[in-house]
Amino acid sequence: MSISVTASAPVERIAISLTVNGERRQLEIAPWTTLLDLLREDLGLTGTKKGCDQGQCGACTVLLDRKRVNSCLMLAVVKDGSDVTTIEGLSTGAVLHPLQQAFIDQDAFQCGYCTPGQICSAVALIQEGRARTREEIRELMSGNLCRCGAYVNIVAAIEQVLAARPEKQP
Amino acid sequence: MNRFSYVRVASVAEAVREIASAPPARFIAGGTNLVDLMKYNVERPERVIDITRLPLTAIEETGEGGLRIGALVTNTEAAYDPRIESRYPLLSSAILAGASPQLRNAASVGGNLLQRTRCYYFYDVATLCNKREPGSGCPAIDGINRIHAILGASPHCIATHPSDMCVALAALEAVVRVTGPQGERNIPFQDFHRLPGGMPEIDTNLARDEIITYIDLPSKGFAQNYTYLKLRDRLSYAFALVSVAAALEMDGEQIKEARLALGGVAHKPWRDIAAEALLRGREPSAKNFAAVASKVLADAKGYGSNDFKIDLARRAIVRALSQAAARTPQSQTDKRIT
Repeated sequence: MSISVTASAPVERIAISLTVNGERRQLEIAPWTTLLDLLREDLGLTGTKKGCDQGQCGACTVLLDRKRVNSCLMLAVVKDGSDVTTIEGLSTGAVLHPLQQAFIDQDAFQCGYCTPGQICSAVALIQEGRARTREEIRELMSGNLCRCGAYVNIVAAIEQVLAARPEKQP
Repeated sequence: MNRFSYVRVASVAEAVREIASAPPARFIAGGTNLVDLMKYNVERPERVIDITRLPLTAIEETGEGGLRIGALVTNTEAAYDPRIESRYPLLSSAILAGASPQLRNAASVGGNLLQRTRCYYFYDVATLCNKREPGSGCPAIDGINRIHAILGASPHCIATHPSDMCVALAALEAVVRVTGPQGERNIPFQDFHRLPGGMPEIDTNLARDEIITYIDLPSKGFAQNYTYLKLRDRLSYAFALVSVAAALEMDGEQIKEARLALGGVAHKPWRDIAAEALLRGREPSAKNFAAVASKVLADAKGYGSNDFKIDLARRAIVRALSQAAARTPQSQTDKRIT
């Protein structure tokens, strides 16, 4: 991020409150802080990744008020009062979220850089309940790129969790 | 990103006051295009006005058989709204053809209209661009222009409007309701976006001090005979090279009314009312559809890399009208084109 600034200009900081992985946080931030940078730099939650930083790769995907979004394209100040879940918030203690376990079971990653975004996106996809077939999973996961090309196993991991859900029966 | 001041407004009147009085300012809702452009230093607002708390988040009946969509309804909410799915499936389909679930969750309907008409030169501040810096020149015209316009371009700009949703809204004759210092006015969708002419820096006919409040859908939704056919370089999550929104109202074996709008081909969603009229009272046949395509593309012009789009558009128009007539709308999941 290139910033031009004169030495005398004071930085306007704005108080906001966010619930991040269940914990209420009071923050004072510059208005140009993205939600992604806030999570990574201010809160130390570096599980959420900065890939393209332009909303094209999905590595920064988090759940905002239970909906998946690209945190790189959000100004944090606009999201004052929201509830954010990151990859760090999915597991319960040492017990992995079913999708985290499925990614391991299905070998659904290589370098792992896109994985937190893939998993957050897949958690939302399952909650949305609109993906049943492989084609629907692929289409509705199209906002998450994987440069290692682990797509086949990512779809398999999502199918594993979908198949294990009791409500899968019509 | 440049530094800017921030204000959150609580009413439409306050939003209008802020945009009218502020230094170079931008409204922010979903931010999916604005924040991206700010990161590239293409947009450098001195003030950002947060309109996300305005009460424009509902989809309501109009009383005239149509729907009124609040400007802050997200693209996802609009696409999956049961009333839109059943009465305006063309709109639902077009929205789902665009962007990704993450972007659709964030992007607002009003913001979809106001995303910039653009190309890769516009985004690259190391190059010249008449849209970014008026009068500086257009390197796309003699450059790499695979994604660029074939209709309605000017010697100053050949960028395209990338929205899918807007192509459907053009075909459906939506009306854009806006509020400014003088009060409210309605802008027919056809007149909302503009062609580049000598002022490619201006994408729309929305005044600088106006805000979009609602998008009104007329009662006629063409829910039986429609399709949104989008052709692109990869199957998902890519802008259209050519897209076609086609809608027919049938009277037995004859076409009573036809609507046709194209995306990816011009500075604005491209609707051709004269070409639509060719189908009135005609049978849905390949010959009649080809005549429509010829009419739409009569003045089409390629710039080298995008010459292929003219034939692609011709075939897409015929295919889309055939899909609409056969009641076999293009699936946005199974991308096979039949």
